[in-house]
Formats: sequence, structure tokens, C-alpha cells
Amino acid sequence: MKNARAARTTIALKLGMAVSGFIFIGFVLAHMYGNLKAFAGHDAFNDYAHHLRQIGEPMLPHEGVLWILRVGLIVSLVVHVYCAVVLWRRASHARGTKYVTKKNTGASRSSLTMRWGGLTILVFLVWHLLNFTIGKINPQGGATNDPYNLLVDTFDVWWLTLIYLVAMVALGLHLNHGVWSAAQTLGWTGNAAKRVRAKRLALALALIVSVGFSLVPLGVLAGIITK
Amino acid sequence: MNLTLKIWRQPDASSAGAMHTYQLADVSEDMSFLEMLDVLNEQLNAEGEEPIAFDSDCREGICGACGLMINGDAHGPEVTTTCQLHMRSFKDGETITIEPWRSEGFPVVKDLIVDRSAFDRIIQQGGYVSVNTGSAPEAHSVPVPKEDADRAFNVATCIGCGACVAACPNGSASLFMGAKITHLGLLPQGQPERDERVVNMVAQHDFEGFGGCTNIGACTAACPKEIPLDVISQLNKDLRTAIRHGH
Ligand code: HEM
Ligand code: SF4
Ligand code: FES
Repeated sequence: MKNARAARTTIALKLGMAVSGFIFIGFVLAHMYGNLKAFAGHDAFNDYAHHLRQIGEPMLPHEGVLWILRVGLIVSLVVHVYCAVVLWRRASHARGTKYVTKKNTGASRSSLTMRWGGLTILVFLVWHLLNFTIGKINPQGGATNDPYNLLVDTFDVWWLTLIYLVAMVALGLHLNHGVWSAAQTLGWTGNAAKRVRAKRLALALALIVSVGFSLVPLGVLAGIITK
Repeated sequence: MNLTLKIWRQPDASSAGAMHTYQLADVSEDMSFLEMLDVLNEQLNAEGEEPIAFDSDCREGICGACGLMINGDAHGPEVTTTCQLHMRSFKDGETITIEPWRSEGFPVVKDLIVDRSAFDRIIQQGGYVSVNTGSAPEAHSVPVPKEDADRAFNVATCIGCGACVAACPNGSASLFMGAKITHLGLLPQGQPERDERVVNMVAQHDFEGFGGCTNIGACTAACPKEIPLDVISQLNKDLRTAIRHGH
């Protein structure tokens, strides 16, 4: 009984969130790099997408590495969302009676939007996969077997660009608090100087990821990325 | 100064409560917040109404009994305890909202008084070191680096007031636990029970119904002893280490 207790605490749940969160960050940075290939033109982008599916061949089957990564990401997502939901419910219960007046002195905007912001990212993720990966929905009715053209067709529609940009704001906010929070959860911020460094790193990563992803739809909007 | 006070009234733990509004005139700026409530209670007594129940003991910022949620800030607008808060921090004509700590782990006993014995139970799970009684050992036989001694002393100043829980949007007591974990973890005497300490304290914390920490930082902003967020990092690190050691 006693031997298993540490792993059943709220802090263990936070460790699960931190580790899965870092796996997402690794993925998100690699994904962003791939997206930015759109600036190199139709062929460079499509070649990259194609080569991704060939990594490890013929040792591994077609899309082998991609599937290993996908399984890792799906497991991480399940862990991340499961821990988030359990902790969210706990927190609501812990403050069962609300205050009539409550200021959140000392709390950042990002830290207070983790849950609804995370949910926004989740909803976006479902749509995003339908759009580009599983469903390959081309809103212009054009071809869907050409990744580059599908991208341009999508971001030629203003409201799809808007959904995407809103999601990137949500992701930026999530990372601005999440990266620092994960560092703290892992016990890496044991003094004031380390805390400041973790918060700066979090802001930098949040900006790199949200701006980096936003450049592609903005590039389509500005007519830099065209068919 | 003249004030409008909106105060939570609740006859006992099992009855429903509500906010009541009171007018209080001629409050001196030099009064402490609790003295202001004393004056209000004299007025209520004179009117034949039940005085407002609130907790206090030392009234000099060291016992941690006096916590109140004042205008949405734990212990009010200054970084201090409610007993050390003075009316000069408020404006003439101001409306002040006064509520008890709201936490699953701190049930309301009456009006503004909550039961903070959950903190005692967390401390009982590991906020101590076991030593054999008998004659005191030679103090120099266990050297403690000055830096560690200073830091241990700084975090040992936690008075268990519960403002961290009250301020935390998750109702987490991580700052309180982290202060004790860091304090004892820095000292040689704290080492033998280090792993069990963190596991048992956190398990009791969760059992009492406190929430999980999301590193928002509202706790440290409300803490009258300015316990820093570092202690939560230390708490997490100690728990991670305990998991690694198979606890
Ligand atoms: C690409 C997607 C995502 C990334 C990169 C990401 C990253 C992170 C990171 C690094 C943390 C910090 C962990 C910690 O505090 O120890 C975190 C926390 C959190 N995430 Fe995510 N996350 C993502 C998606 C989601 C989704 C879909 C949800 C949906 C519910 C979510 C909800 C949360 C919550 C509630 C927290 C804890 C709040 C806190 O620590 O303040 N996240 N996330
Ligand atoms: S950590 Fe600060 S706010 Fe929390 S109980 Fe101790 S003194 Fe009070
Ligand atoms: S009454 Fe003791 S700290 Fe305020």
C-alpha cells in the first residue's frame, strides 16, 4: 500500500502533464519546421512531406517512423488530457464555495487560461486533423492529394485562417505558462534566478511556436505563398 | 473614516450563510483591521445583535490565526497578516468585502472562522524530525552550511495561516507543504525521513481535499511571510526523488 502512494498523488499527475507536455513541444517544433518549408515552394514542401513517410525504409515499412511518432503522441495526449481533467475536477471541488469577491493578485493571464485554453487547443486539434490528415477536407473543393495545394486552398479562406490564428494565440498562452510550470513541476527551479530563466525560456518558446506557425497562413494571406 | 462592510455571516457549520452589510462610522486610520472589527462588534452588541465571530490570537503577525479574505485578497491589500493590516490601507467611504477562507480543507465553523486543523494533520504526517531524547549533542558535531541554515530559517517562518490555500485558484496547499519540506530537507536532521515525509504529507494533503498546484503564484503573492515559489519546486523534486526510490 505504502509503496505505491507517491505515484498516486496530485504531484505525480502533474509530472505526467509535464512529461507529455515536453513531448508535445518536441513535436510542435519539428512540425513548425516542416510547415515553414512552404516558403520554399510547392516542390520543397511536398518533397518534405513525402520524405517524412520514407524515413527508415526499407528497414521499416512505409510511414513506419511516422506511426511510431503518432502512437507516442496519442499516448501523450491521453495522459495529458486525463491528468488535466482529474486535476480540474479536484480543483473545482477544493474551492467548492466560491468567493463573492476574488482578485488573482500575482497570477499571470496565461496561468489562468490553461484549462479553457487547453480545451481550445484540443478542439482545434480535432478540426486540424480532419482538415489536413484524416479527412483531407479541401474547402475550395480542389484536389486533396497534394499537401501544398491543400494548404494554400485552406488559407485562402479567411475564416479558416482566423480559426488557425486563434488557435496559435491559445497555444502561445498555453506554452508561456506551461513551459515554466513544467520546469517547476520537474523541480528545476529551486531558486529565484532559475525561476526567472525558466519564465524567459517559456516566453521565448511560446513566441517562436505561435509566430512560427502563424507565418504560413499569413504568408498565404500576403500572397507570398501561392499555387 | 466611514466604511460600508459586507461580511459573511453563518451561524454554524451546518447552516447556510449569506453576506450582510453594515455601516461603520468614525474609524481611525491607525486602527488595525481586527480593532476595526472589534469596534463593529461593540456596535452590534449595543444594538443587541450577535457579534461577528473571527479568529485571532497573537495580533502581532506570528500565530497565523487571523486570516480573512478582504476585498478578494487574502489578508487584504498589504503583504502582511490581517492583524498587522491597518485601516490607512483603505479609503474613506470604501466598501470592504470580508469573507472566510474558502477551501474544502478548511470548513467554516462560524461566520469568518474556519477550521485549519487539516494543516496540523499534514504536519503530523512528516513535518517533524525524530530524535532520541537525552542530553543535547555537541552542536558543532553536525555542521550546517551558513547558506542552508539561512534558507532553512527563512522558509521555517511559515506561520500556517492558510493564506496560500485561500488565494490559490486551485485551493492547493503546496506552498505550505513546500515550506516545511524545504526547511527540513536543508538540514542534516531532516535526511533520514526525507522520502516518507514528502510522500505522507502530500498524500494527507490530497486526502484533505486540497487541490493540485498549477504554479499560478497567487499563493506567494498572498503569503505574509513571503515564502517563495522555489519551495514548490523543491517539494516536487523531493516527491519525484521518492518515486525513484520506490515509495
Ligand atoms: C500541442 C498541445 C499542447 C502542448 C504543447 C501542451 C503543453 C503543456 C505543458 C508543457 C504543460 C505544463 C505541465 C506542468 O505544469 O507540469 C501543460 C499543462 C497543461 N495543459 Fe497542456 N499542452 C497541450 C495541449 C493541451 C490540451 C489539448 C489540453 C486539454 C485539456 C491541455 C491542458 C493543460 C492543462 C490543464 C495544464 C495544467 C495547467 C498548469 O500547469 O497550469 N494541454 N501543457
Ligand atoms: S506558506 Fe505563507 S501563506 Fe501559506 S500558510 Fe505559510 S505563512 Fe501562511
Ligand atoms: S492574530 Fe496572530 S498572526 Fe494575526
